[in-house]
Amino acid sequence: MRYLPITPEDRKAMLDKIGVASVEELFNSIPADVKLTKKLNLPDAMSEPELRRYFAALAKENSGSEMLTFLGAGAYRHTSPAHIDQLLLRSEFYTAYTPYQPEVSQGTLQSIFEFQTMVADLFDMHASNASMYDGATAAAEAALMATKIKKKRDKLVIASSMHPQYIETIRTYTAHFVKEIVLLEIDPKTGMTSTDELAKIDEQTIAVMFQYPNFFGVIEDGKAISEKTKEMKALLIPVVIETTALAILQAPGELGADIAVGEGQPLGIPVNFGGPGVGLFTASEKLVRKMPGRLIGETKDKNGNDCFVLTLAAREQHIKREKATSNICSNQGLMALAAGIYLASMGPKGLEKVALMNVRRAEKLKKMLVEQTNCEIAFSGPTYNEFSLMTPIKASEFAKKMEEKGIVAGLPIDKYYPALDNTLLVTVSELHTDEELENFVSATKEITGGAK
Amino acid sequence: MKYPGITDLKMAEGLIFERSHAGRQAYSLPEENLEGVLDAIPANMRRTAVLPLPEVSEGDVVRHYTILSTYNFSIDHGFYPLGSCTMKYNPKINEEIARISSFSQLHPEMPTHLSQGALKVMYDMQNMLSEIGGFAATTLNPAAGAHGEYVGIGVIRKYFDEKGDTKRTKVIIPDSAHGTNPASTTLHGYDVILLESDEHGKISLDTLREKLDDTVAGIMLTNPNTLGVFESDILEITKMVHEAGALVYGDGANMNALLGKARPGDMGIDVMHYNLHKTFSTPHGGGGPGSGPVGVVEKLIPYLPNPFVAKKDDDTFVFAASDRSMGMVRSFYGNFAVILRAYVYILEYGNQHLKEIAENAVLNANYIKAALKDTYHVAYESDTLHEVVFNDQDMPNHVTTLDIAKALIDRGFHPPTIYFPLIVHGALMVEPTETESKETMDAFIDAMKDIRKQAEVNPENILNAPLKTRVARPDETLAARKPVLTHCTTDFCER
Repeated sequence: MRYLPITPEDRKAMLDKIGVASVEELFNSIPADVKLTKKLNLPDAMSEPELRRYFAALAKENSGSEMLTFLGAGAYRHTSPAHIDQLLLRSEFYTAYTPYQPEVSQGTLQSIFEFQTMVADLFDMHASNASMYDGATAAAEAALMATKIKKKRDKLVIASSMHPQYIETIRTYTAHFVKEIVLLEIDPKTGMTSTDELAKIDEQTIAVMFQYPNFFGVIEDGKAISEKTKEMKALLIPVVIETTALAILQAPGELGADIAVGEGQPLGIPVNFGGPGVGLFTASEKLVRKMPGRLIGETKDKNGNDCFVLTLAAREQHIKREKATSNICSNQGLMALAAGIYLASMGPKGLEKVALMNVRRAEKLKKMLVEQTNCEIAFSGPTYNEFSLMTPIKASEFAKKMEEKGIVAGLPIDKYYPALDNTLLVTVSELHTDEELENFVSATKEITGGAK
Repeated sequence: MKYPGITDLKMAEGLIFERSHAGRQAYSLPEENLEGVLDAIPANMRRTAVLPLPEVSEGDVVRHYTILSTYNFSIDHGFYPLGSCTMKYNPKINEEIARISSFSQLHPEMPTHLSQGALKVMYDMQNMLSEIGGFAATTLNPAAGAHGEYVGIGVIRKYFDEKGDTKRTKVIIPDSAHGTNPASTTLHGYDVILLESDEHGKISLDTLREKLDDTVAGIMLTNPNTLGVFESDILEITKMVHEAGALVYGDGANMNALLGKARPGDMGIDVMHYNLHKTFSTPHGGGGPGSGPVGVVEKLIPYLPNPFVAKKDDDTFVFAASDRSMGMVRSFYGNFAVILRAYVYILEYGNQHLKEIAENAVLNANYIKAALKDTYHVAYESDTLHEVVFNDQDMPNHVTTLDIAKALIDRGFHPPTIYFPLIVHGALMVEPTETESKETMDAFIDAMKDIRKQAEVNPENILNAPLKTRVARPDETLAARKPVLTHCTTDFCER
């Protein structure tokens, strides 16, 4: 085995030094009853050429990745500058571990400090941590953090327009700490959280969580939600999954967020069949010490040099154990590095350009679909790069027919909302060409017929 | 002996923001007319806050991060014996395969008949991990070891909740456990009962018996434990716990010691998480992404988190969900690209060679122990498997574990895990892993002996270490007193 450098001669010399006759003797502390006597039922070993052949064949079975796709719904395809992956392949970054020894980890520490800065800037919040597993767990941990701040309250309010997987994850995490989760329903016309529903926010409300743009692609009126939340002295926790949108949309800090979380995958990270992305977690100044996860801070070394260290560790599991703010240890370090490189590379202008390119394509596609096909836009609320399309036939049937034309048209929403079985969530990005948008429209026209 | 650590040219590099210069860019996007596009967004929903990201060229970005990378020590540099973290070599073929675009660019909502390759990877990994650990089923959802613990304890809680057994409110955890264990437990509303280790660093059957009653939901144990000691009473332990009606959680952090040699599932362990970034060679990435799949026995399968991959009668793969599940614990299905790397790794070793991992890991750890046991105090006499814990008990001139760690840096080695486990005062926890050569370990052993000697004859050299790094002994108290967690340019400090 190429990864095992100990030769038979080495082994003999080492066993002599240890004072045993065989490697097997070193396992004597394992009772014979539980020692494995048979070979594991695993495939035969493969050499490198065999591995390459095997995976090339397996990769072909992911035929969808070759198709023109309009999928989003929590994972977003964007252009990622070539140098990001080249830099991620620096061994010094990817084969290091958590920076426990600051003298030999300044590369990781500084890059994550910069990531914290850029994420805090993007969210317009005071501070960001070093990352969470993903947006859903970041949201769940934000909810948990809120329960520890508003100890006397027992109700968590979530806009039902949040990604269903996020709501489920929050439910799981808060099961033993929140008496009740109340959902704010959408206005079926606009696709935004209904203003009437805001009355559900009351003195018992721990926090109000909402996603924007929401699961249906519609941008929520964060100001309205914020005002009612503040009035009831609950915590405001906006969630942003499509984080490129923050280049042009009001940032959580502008809305008065106490905690704001999101998903960093759209920031230069491939969709990776759902992971790894990177959870983003930010907070206002007064809540910093209640945050979960690693934090990198600036300090001086003994010679007065500026440097970086893991800090405020007294919140964490390895110090506080059962009283820690979270159980998180490993987070998504390398993905945080990727998002950091992306933000540094795009800068304010590049990110804004990406955002506008997304809006332009979504608006163009919506307009063409309304004008030229028998489909409608499900909601009147403003959108970013994703919208809900009402199809005259069942959305899943429509999607199948589009597949036959080589297009993965979007996500039939009935997967999460069985009642909305004629709604398809369509997502565009700067990667789509005008020609591809036109192909979408002409294929749709062939399936549903032209505009009425 | 020549150590790998020497001084060398190091470039000075400030923050990326210091390289910023208005008008530079590191992106390449098509020219297009975007005038008026913003009109689609209502004015009151638009961003007004400044976005002070840097403006740099591609060359600037690449130099900045390349220089930063040189400030790191990594496995690809040298010996990284961080105990309990299993810092083994990260195979390059894993990286190549994880970057095949029809895996990396595959969207998680792609219809399953168009993503059968990825589903097969997940299905096979569910089964192969179950086989390796001796479990009936495995979920790949958890994103890290602690996330796996969260899931495992959640499965236990759901199991008892469904049985209506609500008086079980406690989980027993040995004092040698990782801090994540108690932290994960309280996330499910359980109280932690601390179990004191015996004089051999193991679980005492008598102490355990005293704590077990019908209010205990389970025990979380690590086997081999964090001292590298195998709990040889494991069958008695699991039997006793089961007789009390409770379940046994295994922390699989140390699975590298057991691969192909023994299976936790065969020892009566009901739930266990694997760390793919430890045992199965996926890179630690400076602190993630990891992956912490969880294996369970038959009766706990219904409670695993959703979703999982199932095989249909026609041999195609689909996602499935259980309506008795503990729920969802993240978005989508897991850290797929990490799972894929671990899959490559297991296939490369295959059924023929997998156990050689454990054999070499245990051999290496015992070699270091044998070579250093007369120089450094070994905390516990017990036989150890894949790691060994020394401490600073006999060090002269007030030289402590921290000093030893810093002196190792000067000699070109990453220090071991220090001050853990907590039951060993001044612990130095050394886990060499199977991928280190005898020559590397001999150099490390010499360095450790040299440090011991210098501590006697020239303690200043050790007490002031490291002497060769760019920075030395950062002031952590200062960092925590008035935390500076972000960079503030003078213009944008009001945040």
